[in-house]
Parts: sequence; structure tokens; C-alpha cells
Amino acid sequence: MNLNIDILTICYLVASVTFILGLKMLSHPESARKGNLIAAGGMTIAIAGTIFLYEDHQVNYLGNKLLIFGALILGTIVGVFSAKKVKMTAMPEMVSLFNGMGGACAMLISIIEFNYQKSLAFDLGVGKVFVEHISKGEIVVITLGLIIGSISFAGSVVAWGKLNGRFKDKVFPGQRIINFAILAILIIAAAFFIYFTPAYANDYDGTTMAYTDGTAGDSGIIPMHSYIFYGILALSLLYGVFFVMPIGGADMPVVISLLNSFTGVAAACGGFMYSNKAMLTGGILVGAAGTLLTILMCKAMNRSLLNVIIGAFGGGATGAAADGKEQGAYKEISLSDSAMIMSYANKVMIVPGYGLAVAQAQHICHELEKILNDKGVEVKYAIHPVAGRMPGHMNVLLAEADVSYEKLLEMEYANDEFKTCDVVLILGANDVVNPAAKNDPASPIYGMPILEVELAKNVIVNKRSMKPGYAGIENELFFQPKTSMLFGDAKKVLQDLVAEIKSS
Amino acid sequence: MQNILNWVSSNQEIIYIVILMVFLGIEVIGRVPAVLHTPLMSGANAIHGVVIIGAIIVMGKAQGDNYLALTLGFLAVVLGTLNVVGGFVVTDRMLEMFKKKKVQTPKGS
Repeated sequence: MNLNIDILTICYLVASVTFILGLKMLSHPESARKGNLIAAGGMTIAIAGTIFLYEDHQVNYLGNKLLIFGALILGTIVGVFSAKKVKMTAMPEMVSLFNGMGGACAMLISIIEFNYQKSLAFDLGVGKVFVEHISKGEIVVITLGLIIGSISFAGSVVAWGKLNGRFKDKVFPGQRIINFAILAILIIAAAFFIYFTPAYANDYDGTTMAYTDGTAGDSGIIPMHSYIFYGILALSLLYGVFFVMPIGGADMPVVISLLNSFTGVAAACGGFMYSNKAMLTGGILVGAAGTLLTILMCKAMNRSLLNVIIGAFGGGATGAAADGKEQGAYKEISLSDSAMIMSYANKVMIVPGYGLAVAQAQHICHELEKILNDKGVEVKYAIHPVAGRMPGHMNVLLAEADVSYEKLLEMEYANDEFKTCDVVLILGANDVVNPAAKNDPASPIYGMPILEVELAKNVIVNKRSMKPGYAGIENELFFQPKTSMLFGDAKKVLQDLVAEIKSS
Repeated sequence: MQNILNWVSSNQEIIYIVILMVFLGIEVIGRVPAVLHTPLMSGANAIHGVVIIGAIIVMGKAQGDNYLALTLGFLAVVLGTLNVVGGFVVTDRMLEMFKKKKVQTPKGS
């Protein structure tokens, strides 16, 4: 070969290793930031190497460099700007949007590559045949990249819109059947396309054309192939939208994680297409890791992935179970009483939930922790794995407010400590503290591990109203004698609490 | 059937990479604490932005007068860059906060 290709190969090798190292380091708190930078460095090497060193089989360098640089600069400016500007609470939807961009990129690559191969096709008179190096494997990969990339793109955009409230959950009768039908048509169309698109080896020596598969005798690429190709594109986009539309807001993190691994696989398809090892390793690595992460999230909610995708949550059975429960009476607590029992407690455990994130109350929450500390009260946070809208969402939010890492307890540790707590303050969390998950086999969240807050001496629940949480079920915790309700917006309530404790 | 066997043996290098990467991907993040799930997802999101390499190749191969390919290619590179740059920057921002809080640990207790 030649020197350029050798150097490029080494660039890709370095990039692949940095991706693996980066993911590994991202899994440990001390090395996470460095891991991210290392992966970013590897990515830069791979991109620069591709621009300057890539050449095809005929030793042609890449053209259109000016446009490529223009696109890179434009993307960088917009990317840095939007990533810097986004609020910490809006992080999940930002990740979803970036993921969608990656999916769209994979989709466009497949479209362009298909048209490129078509433009090189050799005219047989009756139709055209691919002459450049293209095999059945590459047709498979182009089709898969198109389908997975489009689903990921459309799905991520819908997930983004749902998280920031632009789109509402949409369920219409028979949606499951329609989704299934679209998927079935999609698979049949893709199989048809892959099977009937002629693939030829580039052995054309002026007189003979060598066939690489059994579809000999057909007329090559005719307009029908293009129609099917764009039909597949449209169906995939439609499926992406329909796939995410009915899934409830609480399940969005699972969906984003799933779409994240989809995009990984779509990127790997590109790796197959160009025999590019960096794309292949990066894509498959993310595909595998993303799938595992998705499964871990489902496990934390004690649900199967299938259950999330089909969207059985909040269905008919749920409503019946909720109605059957006797509601009972709840008791309210005043601000000054709350302030009182908290400042005379030995240990207070705060359970943050999505309500805290919505109210942007993380800073004032840290404030409360500090003044309680000054009064000699031990304050800790109990973090449920699926609290908020993404796993780790609460950790990120509280970290933003400078809450110390050691004070954040994971669920198992928190559950050991609740019995020694005088007060548990629940801030906008609901389903993650619902005892029905332990006691009521009829409950849709039965079996989900929860924070066992009822072990503490007092439970103060801050919510905006008695409205049920995302799972749409009543929470019997609110009607227990130990529990007092403190209604209001989390930020407002915390500000008043801080003021109250200060003045006492 | 013979086609498939043939395909497997001629692409064995790639098949090996895929299988090993699947196991590695699972192994590498298997022990991640829940605290880091969001940054990890975001970091993984940035890594699959490697798809941009494909966009650059496809763009570089496009004929200078093929405006459809050039437009779509330009768009693909922009979107890929957004995925990569945005992904890494967002991840860094999340992790930066973890770090800051670590330094201040003594003060909090």
C-alpha cells in the first residue's frame, strides 16, 4: 500500500482504542472527565485523518474539502453553542436531539451512497447494473443503515419534543396493530429490496459481467428499485414517530438509551460499507453498551423492554387497580411545623424527584442542607436509580448545586439508613416511594425496587397537588399516619423553609 | 448456503471485530455506578458520532456538479459534527460539575 493509508490505518486504530478507553474511564467517577476528553481526542484524530489521508481504490483523494470544512465549522459552532447554553434540567432532551442528528447523518449517508452507486451503474440497455465494487453485503448494509438511522432520527426528535413538552402523548385505538403492521411492511420491503437489487462484482472486462449471486437474468437497476428505496425511507421515518409517540414521559430515558444504541448500530453499518474499523468499533461498542444500559434502566423499574416498547403502562388494568384502593384522608403540615421538626431532627434524608428538577430547586435545596448542617442536623440525599427523567439525572442536578458527592446515597444504602432518620423530605418524587410496589401485587409498579421511606419517623411530602405521578397510580404513602403533605412548588416551599429555619 | 459460508469466511475479520466489541461494550460499562448513567449515555452518544467519518467520505466522493449529493453530504457532515461536538461538550459539562463538587467536599461536612 502507500504511506498515507498506513498512517490513516494507525489513526483509526488509535481512535478505536480511545473509544474503548473512554467508555471504560467514563464508568468511574474519578476518571470520567478524562475519559470523555480522551475519546474526543481520538475522534479528532480520526476525523482529521479521514479528511487528509483517505483515498479510494483508484488512489483518489477526497474532494470538496472546502465544503467539508465549512460543514465542520458550522456544526462545531452550533454544537458548542447549544451544548453550552442548555440548562442542566434540559440535558436529557439535548442528548436525545444530538442522538437524532447522528441517526440523520447515518440515514443521509445511505441515501447518498445509494445514489452514488446508481450514478456509477453500467447501462445494459434494459437497465443499469452496479459496476463499482458493490456486493450483496453492501446493499444489506446500506438498507440497514437507512432503516436504523431513520428510525433513530425520527424517534429521537419525537422524544426530544415530548420531553420539552412540544408533543403530547398520542395514543389512538389500534395503534399497536398499526405499529406492528408498519414494522412488518418495512421488514418485507427491506427483504424484497435486498434480495432483488442486483449485485455484481466489478469484473467487467469489456465483454462479460460476473454475477455474484443468484439473481442472474434480471434487468439490473430499474426505477422500481429507487421507489422501493425511498418507500423504505418513508416507512422508517413513520415507524420512528409511531414507535415513540405512545410511550409515556416517564419511559423516555429508556427510549433515548435504546435509540442511542440504534444509532450506534447505524454507525457500524457505515463501518461495514467503507470497511472502516473506527466506525465499526465505535458503532458496535455503543450499540452493545447502549443496549446494556437500556436493560439496566428497565431492570431498575422492574419492567421488561418489551413492556416499555408496547407501552402497556397506564392501560386499562392500571386504572382498575387504582380505583379499587380506598383513598382515605391525608393530613397537611404547615411550613413552620415542617421547619420545626426538621431543625430539631438528628438526621434528615431528602428524596429528590422530577418535581425538584422542574422547579429548578436544586440550589435552594443545597441551601436548606447547609443551614440544617449549621444547626447540627445530618442531611443526606436518597437517590432512586430512576428518579427524574434519566438515570443519574438527580446526581447531575445536585452536583450542579455543589452538593457533595458523599451525601448522595444510592437506593440500597439509603434503605439501610431510613430507620435512623427522623425526617424524610420528599421533593416532587412519587412512584419511586410508592409502597404499592412492595405490597400490592395488582399494582402496575409491583416489584419495582423503591425507597422505603416509611421506615423513618416522619415523612414530609412536598408536591404541587394530590395528582398521581407518571405511572398514573395513587400513592398510599400519602395517606399513612406518619406522612404529612406540604403542598406547593418545590422551589417556593424550600425558600420559605430556609427563611423559616433561619428566623427561628 | 454456500454464498453465506463464503461471505463469512471472506469477512471473518469484521465478524470477529463485531463479536469482540459486543462483549467488550457490555463488559466495559457493566460496573458503572448509577450516578454516572447520564454522563455515560451522553458520552456513548458522542462516540457514535464517529458516523461523521462516513459522511466525510461520501461528501468527498461526490462529483462537483452533483448538487443533490453535495447538499445532502453537507447536511450529513453538519449533523454528524453536531452529534460529535455537542455530545462531547455536554458530557464534559456534566462531568465538570462532578469534579467541582469533589474539590469542595471538605467544606460540606
